[in-house]
Amino acid sequence: MARRSHVQTTINGETVEFLCEPRQSLLEVLRDELHLTGAKEGCNNGNCGACSVILDGRLVNSCLVLGVETEGKSVETIEGLAAPDKLHPIQDAFLENAALQCGICTPGFIMSAKALLDQNPNPTEHEVRYWLAGNLCRCTGYDKIVRAVLDAAAAE
Amino acid sequence: MPIVAIPSLLRNLTNGEESITVSGTTIREVIDNLETRYPGMKARLCEDDRLKPGLAIYINGLLTRGSIRERVDADAEIHFLPAIGGGIAAPSH
Amino acid sequence: MLENKEHKVIGTRPIRHDGVDKVTGRALYGADFQAAGLLHGRVLRSPHAHARIISIDTSRAEALPGVKGVVTAKDIPDAGDKVADLGEGAVNLKYLCDNILASDKVLYKGHAVAAVAATNPHIAEEACTLIDVEYEVLPPVLEVRQAMEPDAPLLHEHIRTTSLGETAEEPSNVASHIQHKLGDPEKGFAEADIVVEREFITGTVHQGYIEPHNATAHYNADGQLTIWCSTQGAFTVREQVAEILQYPVSKIKVVPMEIGGGFGGKISVYIKPVAALLAKKTGKPVKVLMNRSEVFEGTGPTPASFIRVKMGATKEGKITAAEAYLAFEAGAYPGSPVGPGAMCIFAPYNIEHVIIDGYDVVVNKPKTAPYRAPGAPNAAFGSETVVDEIAEKLGIDPLEIRLLNAAKEGDRRADGPVHPRIGCIETVEAAKSHPHYTAPNGKKHHGRGVASGYWFNIGLESSVTINVNSDGTINLIEGSTDIGGTRASIAMQAAEVLGIPAESVNPSVVDTNSVGYTAVTGGSRTTYATGYAAYEAAQDVKRQMIARAAKLWEVDEANVQFADGEFSSINGKEEQISFRDLCGRLGETGGPIVGSGTVNPGGAGGAYATHVVDVAVDEETGKVDILRYTAVQDAGKAIHPSYVEGQIQGGAVQGIGWALNEEYIYNDEGTMTNASFLDYRMPTCLDLPMIDAVIVEVPNPGHPYGVRGVGEVPIVPPMAAIANAIYDAIGIRMTELPMSPDRLLKAMGKI
Ligand code: FES
Ligand code: FES
Repeated sequence: MARRSHVQTTINGETVEFLCEPRQSLLEVLRDELHLTGAKEGCNNGNCGACSVILDGRLVNSCLVLGVETEGKSVETIEGLAAPDKLHPIQDAFLENAALQCGICTPGFIMSAKALLDQNPNPTEHEVRYWLAGNLCRCTGYDKIVRAVLDAAAAE
Repeated sequence: MPIVAIPSLLRNLTNGEESITVSGTTIREVIDNLETRYPGMKARLCEDDRLKPGLAIYINGLLTRGSIRERVDADAEIHFLPAIGGGIAAPSH
Repeated sequence: MLENKEHKVIGTRPIRHDGVDKVTGRALYGADFQAAGLLHGRVLRSPHAHARIISIDTSRAEALPGVKGVVTAKDIPDAGDKVADLGEGAVNLKYLCDNILASDKVLYKGHAVAAVAATNPHIAEEACTLIDVEYEVLPPVLEVRQAMEPDAPLLHEHIRTTSLGETAEEPSNVASHIQHKLGDPEKGFAEADIVVEREFITGTVHQGYIEPHNATAHYNADGQLTIWCSTQGAFTVREQVAEILQYPVSKIKVVPMEIGGGFGGKISVYIKPVAALLAKKTGKPVKVLMNRSEVFEGTGPTPASFIRVKMGATKEGKITAAEAYLAFEAGAYPGSPVGPGAMCIFAPYNIEHVIIDGYDVVVNKPKTAPYRAPGAPNAAFGSETVVDEIAEKLGIDPLEIRLLNAAKEGDRRADGPVHPRIGCIETVEAAKSHPHYTAPNGKKHHGRGVASGYWFNIGLESSVTINVNSDGTINLIEGSTDIGGTRASIAMQAAEVLGIPAESVNPSVVDTNSVGYTAVTGGSRTTYATGYAAYEAAQDVKRQMIARAAKLWEVDEANVQFADGEFSSINGKEEQISFRDLCGRLGETGGPIVGSGTVNPGGAGGAYATHVVDVAVDEETGKVDILRYTAVQDAGKAIHPSYVEGQIQGGAVQGIGWALNEEYIYNDEGTMTNASFLDYRMPTCLDLPMIDAVIVEVPNPGHPYGVRGVGEVPIVPPMAAIANAIYDAIGIRMTELPMSPDRLLKAMGKI
């Protein structure tokens, strides 16, 4: 086993330290070392978006980022989105619109949508579809997801 | 008496008859009585005192869970069809 | 049986009960399971599509530091000739075992051969590369018609074609032949003024659930085996594992975690028994996860098929006869869904003379698994295209010809049974009057197409228990894993009976030790059958509560009635108490109340759908864009309309993928060359418009609220509807799926 490196990073606003092998992806670190299992693995090669997190304000597939790369950076995951007693408006919109079926893609979509709305608070339907094209959902046909994101934009 | 729809692949046993009226108050009796009239029928439908794997029984259009003990009314219409279950096509072996 | 009442809860759109967990990332799916001392398992898979295993040497893998155990087929108890009864019909146990870990032959690229447990997944992966397997490579058989040739290489020397109990002499790759015959097809065709006959080819496609298969297993020192996994049916896992390991069901507990999609693909077990074998060998909990390419190559897709359809009609458009030949690839072991395909193919029509032949054929591809209305989409691609062509040649509107021939209550299906009350006509009529169908559609290379589809739905066993809480809520215990909001649709049926809001029900999906037997979440049965069990359990609670009210008021039970959430006494005393208040008084009237319901209903009631689609064909690239999509479906009664719409939209979009892009692409050696989400191209949201889901409600007499299954039928019409739209756009009949840009360019003569 390769030597494990010490990494210090910020996750959902908290300073976090962990040890990881150089070959471990951020997704592995989040899930297996830190037990933040909200980010999901659907493909492990950047094609499904189920592992989406926000790294220093930028949407990334955490399966394509190495754990050691997060040294000194800031990571936002689905676990950090809701306030203790209040869901984030995107989360509310997903529930109101029934924008999830099995829910495995949901954390990824919500993080993607957040990254979109952070930089474009009033997207058109086409902009939403363009932005979310990196996230696969096999259950919903996307109709209700797109509506949820448009609703969340209107509500924010 | 119950009416049995003879699957097309078994109609060689019934000289081409497509449906047979036969007495019986359970599927087992119906099959036994069919066998008396059309020898060979039972071996095609049953195996070791149960329905062959991959077959299902419909009584009056409703799927029953495959047991030959199932009771049938005097005016029942009985079909033997490939079994389907759980969104699964039952394996044929 | 039908309750024709106004509903308070049914038909509303409450927030699903598991919603907050799922939008906050808290919901635990199979891969999220953790345990102290957990080992990680990985599977070694065959690089060959067809080969004999000469030897397996695991010694180098076992010597790798961190490796705790290696298993092969030798670790599975000998299956002999045993036939396993999985409640779904019998299965040859050896096939089941060999598909888990190959014993003598590998039958597809990706076939599991051995598995390793190690202290971390990377070590387990590395150890797999150290297992030495010697193969004698055999020629693969990769296509159904090739496999049916008399001189084709045989996958299984002992398979002989069975035709309803009769077995052929010679070995063959054709495992079985089925036939349905109604009337006199020859006569029917003689009566026709027009006969159209076409051949169709459909590719192998995958369910494409986003969550890969997963399983964690642990044996306690006392022999109790626990499996945590994502599955469509915990009890089905228990049965299959019990058969494969020859271990009593009472010693196996299956804990269903949340499941990230299944669509039929998470009924069969793959790595669950492997995790159990590794757990047994190591004495530790072992988690086995598949990666995406393993999901494509090692789990059941739905079959490729060759289909021939011939239909005849009079000048007036009356269909006089129909004939179909369906050859389906079963994959490595028998058991393709050709049976349901044959049952569904002409089901939207009432045709007097029909003959349908179906063949189940083994090929060197993964053993197929169910996928949403298994068999029906392949079949409908053929029949619905031919109906369209007949309509066009006769100059009749394609929906009009469907109305003219539509199946209705009392008509006989080609496979024999008579239709109960069905909503075929209603879906066609709704499509016909929909603004989409009447909107102009004249642009060059734009086209509109329609198609209908049928799926029979199933019932099967479900059990529900209800515990009444003192604050007027209930805890509802069920065994149906929730893949798309069924906690809500089941809870709502109990709530309706008890006159309480949906939010007053706490539904839980529990393990196999904690609820009565419940069959898989599949066959569009969950809201129908488990909902029915919830209805029965709630009725049981209601009966007991009436007795309590009677006791409270010291009156006869017959003098207590229940309506709108209130118990009241009739005949004499004027008493009234709400459900909620009575719940607070259970202690003084006799103690806790537990209601239970178990069902095994036969009246699932078939579902029909009619879809309308507009496409644009790019003449330069051959790319087809979906411009507008409307999917009409009979839901019987929509319990939670949002999730019914969701099923319709999701099914339609899977059909769009099947129609336009998705297929397994094989090279000559039988290796799938596109086993990733990049190359196996499923629709993204950028490829699609909104999907207009239109719910028609023709109540199913086989359910107290009229529910019909809704999950499967929406995938049946899209392929034919899109093919018909492409014809409308460019005047070319596409007969091969997927209708990808290269095939369109070829058809247009551009390449
Ligand atoms: S798991 Fe990272 S993109 Fe699919
Ligand atoms: S809800 Fe299942 S994949 Fe999106």
